[in-house]
Amino acid sequence: MSVLKFASTDQPGRNGLLALVKAKTGQDVLACYQCGKCSAGCPLSSAMDLAPHQVLRAVQLGQRDLVFQSSAIWLCVTCQTCYTRCPQEVDLPKVMDALRSQAIQEKIRPAERTVKVFHDVFLGLVERFGRLYEVGLIGGYNLLARQPLASADLGLPMLTRGKLELIPRRVKDREQIRAIFKRAAELELEEITGQSVAAAPPASVPS
Amino acid sequence: MSTYAYYPGCSLHGTAKEYDRSARLVCQALGLELREVEDWNCCGASSAHMVSHWLALSLPARNLQPVEKMGLETMTVPCAACYARLKDVSCELKDPEVRAKIGRVLGDQVTGRVTVEPLIGTLTTQEILDKAASLIVKPLTGLKVATYYGCLLTRPPKVAQFDDPENPQSMDRLLRTLGSEVVEWYFKTECCGASLPVARTDIVLDLSRKLLAAAKKAGAEAIVTACPMCHSNLDSRQGEIRGRYGDDFKMPIFFFTELLGLALGYPARELLIANHLTDALSLLQGRGLA
Ligand code: SF4
Ligand code: SF4
Repeated sequence: MSVLKFASTDQPGRNGLLALVKAKTGQDVLACYQCGKCSAGCPLSSAMDLAPHQVLRAVQLGQRDLVFQSSAIWLCVTCQTCYTRCPQEVDLPKVMDALRSQAIQEKIRPAERTVKVFHDVFLGLVERFGRLYEVGLIGGYNLLARQPLASADLGLPMLTRGKLELIPRRVKDREQIRAIFKRAAELELEEITGQSVAAAPPASVPS
Repeated sequence: MSTYAYYPGCSLHGTAKEYDRSARLVCQALGLELREVEDWNCCGASSAHMVSHWLALSLPARNLQPVEKMGLETMTVPCAACYARLKDVSCELKDPEVRAKIGRVLGDQVTGRVTVEPLIGTLTTQEILDKAASLIVKPLTGLKVATYYGCLLTRPPKVAQFDDPENPQSMDRLLRTLGSEVVEWYFKTECCGASLPVARTDIVLDLSRKLLAAAKKAGAEAIVTACPMCHSNLDSRQGEIRGRYGDDFKMPIFFFTELLGLALGYPARELLIANHLTDALSLLQGRGLA
């Protein structure tokens, strides 16, 4: 785990990291008093470079790079254990979601590349078919993550037991699904630009 | 007969067909009519919220629309992960501002009047438990099971509004009704690694191994789940766990609907229990249950 610097480098007012998280999630990260209960129960904390409570500390101190380059924001599986137990009711999974989507917007190289590839492939399939196509998910992932045989040893037993389908199932109204992806992205961008976030302003604002 | 809108979700049409099959059979036996949501789409599962807040709300919201058109009020959801997303959006829709934005993304009105419940909740009301008790053909007497709820079914409690988030009891009650012995263990709501197995197999193997070891230590002969992700992580990874750590658990992993189906007299074949990657039939045959 990394050592945190104990001096706030956060920018004051609306340009700071705290303000960004507050705007995106409604969560007041300063309410966290660093008891560590979240990290104690987090199933992934031992695999993370920053434990969940350290992510919040880094947000409190405005340490953008530390937060956005952390593996923690990619390894959190939103299991809700921390939020369920936090004495201050800080919605940590929501904060993790906001930090991750901000890191994506700012095109920061993800510390866990394969995790990002997985979600990209997953959503690409949903955008195309409206439903998940598992064979496409494994195939697409292996191609992009450059792990040609990942999970291949499971493939044959799964096929013979009827767990994998070779033909994707589709939603009838795929137009609407594609429109949902498009309009959700537009709304996302609109909200970010509306907040006048200092870092990485998007190129254009949709009307 | 009560009628529910049924949202199977992608896993139940793919890797967890046995959950879909057993769910439909037991509901029929218990007098619940399931009507599949028309033209349902993927709820976005563990991926949509990774990248976009509005996508994460709008994808599940699209599945609530047809329910009202079908003239139904309540949707029941077998997959714990889908349940978490659908229930989350049904809560968010109470806020008029959020509702308007989701409506804008969908290009259609949403009312948010549909009630969303997990199938394990639908099937563990006192009324249903009494009915199940009266219909038991093959009691599961002597079968020692660990009930595994996973993380998403009960959490966060404000949204999930189902059972206790640290020590849930509904599945325990059901299994005891069926004659099983339910062991005490401390991993009922621990997370199995959810959607990480493809990208970070190592982490999921470690978490699943801890769960399997804890269930074994508690004296369980099998683990019972209510989530296709939990089932898949625990059932299909035992070979890899053996390869990496040398532990050979041979621990059958059931969906609660499969055990309910067996007790109600359905043959294991019809419930598709042979689909599991870890052998579950030997244990059942040994007890005269298959
Ligand atoms: S449990 Fe809550 S208050 Fe305690 S460190 Fe974690 S987020 Fe902060
Ligand atoms: S939601 Fe994320 S940070 Fe919280 S306990 Fe689960 S994995 Fe850890």
